[in-house]
Amino acid sequence: MFRNLGVAGLLVAALAGVHPAYAADPVKIGFVTTLSTPAGYIGEDERDGFTLAITQGSGKLGGVPVALVVEDDGLKPANAKQSADRMVQSGIRLYTGVNFSNVLAAVVPSVVDAEHFYVSLNPGPSNFAGANCNRNYFVASYQNDAFHTAGGVAANQLGYKRVVLLAPNYQAGRDALAGFKRTYKGQVLAEIYTKLDQSDFSVELARIRSLAPDAVYQFHPGGAGINFAKQYANAGLSKTIPVVVPGFSMDSRMLAATGAASEGFYTTGIWSVAMDNEASQQFVEAFKKAYGRIPTDYAMQAYDTARWIGSGLKAVNGDLTKADAFRAAMRKAEFTSLRGKFRLNTNQHPIQDLYLMRIERSAGGELAPKVVRKIVSDDKDAYADQCKMPS
Amino acid sequence: MMLLFEQLLNGLQFGAMLFMLASGLTLIFGIMGVVNLTHGSFYMVGAYCATFAIARTGSFLAGMVAALVGAALYGLVVEFLVIRRLYRRDHLYQVLATFGLILFTNEAVSMLFGRTPPLAVTPAALDGAVTLLPGFEYPVLRLAFIGVGALVALGLWLLVNGTRVGMLVRAGADDREMVDALGVDIRNLYTLVFGLGALLCGLAGVMAAPLLAVEIGMGERVLITTFVCIVIGGVGSVRGALAGAILVGMVDSLGRAYLPQLLGGLFTPTVADPLAAGLASASIYLVMAAVLIVRPLGLFPMKA
Repeated sequence: MFRNLGVAGLLVAALAGVHPAYAADPVKIGFVTTLSTPAGYIGEDERDGFTLAITQGSGKLGGVPVALVVEDDGLKPANAKQSADRMVQSGIRLYTGVNFSNVLAAVVPSVVDAEHFYVSLNPGPSNFAGANCNRNYFVASYQNDAFHTAGGVAANQLGYKRVVLLAPNYQAGRDALAGFKRTYKGQVLAEIYTKLDQSDFSVELARIRSLAPDAVYQFHPGGAGINFAKQYANAGLSKTIPVVVPGFSMDSRMLAATGAASEGFYTTGIWSVAMDNEASQQFVEAFKKAYGRIPTDYAMQAYDTARWIGSGLKAVNGDLTKADAFRAAMRKAEFTSLRGKFRLNTNQHPIQDLYLMRIERSAGGELAPKVVRKIVSDDKDAYADQCKMPS
Repeated sequence: MMLLFEQLLNGLQFGAMLFMLASGLTLIFGIMGVVNLTHGSFYMVGAYCATFAIARTGSFLAGMVAALVGAALYGLVVEFLVIRRLYRRDHLYQVLATFGLILFTNEAVSMLFGRTPPLAVTPAALDGAVTLLPGFEYPVLRLAFIGVGALVALGLWLLVNGTRVGMLVRAGADDREMVDALGVDIRNLYTLVFGLGALLCGLAGVMAAPLLAVEIGMGERVLITTFVCIVIGGVGSVRGALAGAILVGMVDSLGRAYLPQLLGGLFTPTVADPLAAGLASASIYLVMAAVLIVRPLGLFPMKA
């Protein structure tokens, strides 16, 4: 439906005070993301989170001047691949930005086949975590199953014996429910697959009411998730049957659009705006000040990605032709992650803690996900064993 | 039993929503001969205007007025600036131009209101549920939706069958050239019909705002289904649009409700659940194909 509108948004970070030693050009970072379509707010937050890290370093990451080359993929894998191919030809050696797994699948081969680096700031599809892992591909966020397996653990811990599962009828939806079922020990009363573009859930809500489960686990990102939450509350179900969702099915933008309807939802994830560590609090304040809105998980992941890349660039002083040295530095992951602990598994995906959050009103009356407790420590994905990582 | 009743109401409510969109679309297509893909955008404009006005004033009534005025005005502007130049052109030009307008509207709305979907508050009077039968509650908002849909159907029936404008509308749907030749200024009629269609979209937009995400591209999502309604009902016929909308609403809702159980008895859950979801998605198109085989012009065609 949507064409790639803004053909090439070129954003060069301001280079405040170029040091004579860095008279060479700044290191260009290819940033292909989704800025148009309804999902455009996600790419916007990712771009802004990444840019914030650059701005805070006065145009530098890890002391090395960088320039961000942003292009919109319009949520189309073919567009993204074209952009990436063009950037590879223009000599860019370091990439990030892509938000969707299907787009990532088109971009990563273009980059790693040219022996350049890709650092994912959001998607972590299973194939790249397992058999198709690559020494030049890093993931700063999570493997795609993580939030869902954590959802299963959360449902166990909360004592839900009978649940109803809902997800859209496409690959990521089916993966989500499979992930949940891998760790969930109770009884699944029904797996309801909704239409991919469905906006009204009255039928499914009636079925949930008649099944009367202990809880509902549902995965509906973006507009569909907003619709679900509003209608769930409108049907009066939110008072009787609790809902557990992966964090990206109720991000801060969705929360703003649903208001009280999502109060009491449990979410799983790696981070929350209310996370109690200094670096994270400073980031939230700085982001609010710079952009006038609350950062989403996507913004936080992009910020972490930028800081991580900075640690790698610092080790090679911005010279990406020293690929082995850059890779070694990236594997050490010596940066302060906003989520607290962060280290890499053999497949270059994170080993990290997962949290249970609950949407609650803060003292100021604002709704925000509040951390209930850590539910999984040092979570590793199930695919690392299939990865034969070359040095 | 109670569940079946609830699912029937859900189907009726979805039908009411589709009817508000389909009635305008069918008149524009049938009378003006214009394929208007922008129709979904009017719905989005209505929803945004409503949300904006409700956020500013706190009154749902103000939101209603803003949605109707905003959508109708935008419809008239579109008709005056773009559609008017395309009446004599081939459908392909109309599709191209109105598709372009979808992109334009989406970008314009995201520049005006931002990319974050705004929060539309449910008015207190429409919040909560009422007890229809002992032990059976239904959300007031959805009942109101059905009520407004019925009022629109009644109003359009009176307009089309009881007024001079309605007579011209019916005549225009039958034979545009003849109406023109008889000295009626067909242009004014076109503008009126187009504005009315956009107005009804605005109404659907304000009603949907508390239930659905008000977001960029919300219109395209219902557009295809709306076209299915008018094709089933017969292009140009309001009665057909009503029949088509209710049929599509019912088939879609009941399909989603009962296909999983039906197929669950035949296959294992791993096969049955995705298959049922797939079939439910296809159900309205299967109905459309079946109707077109028996009645190629739809259920209630205007032209004999």
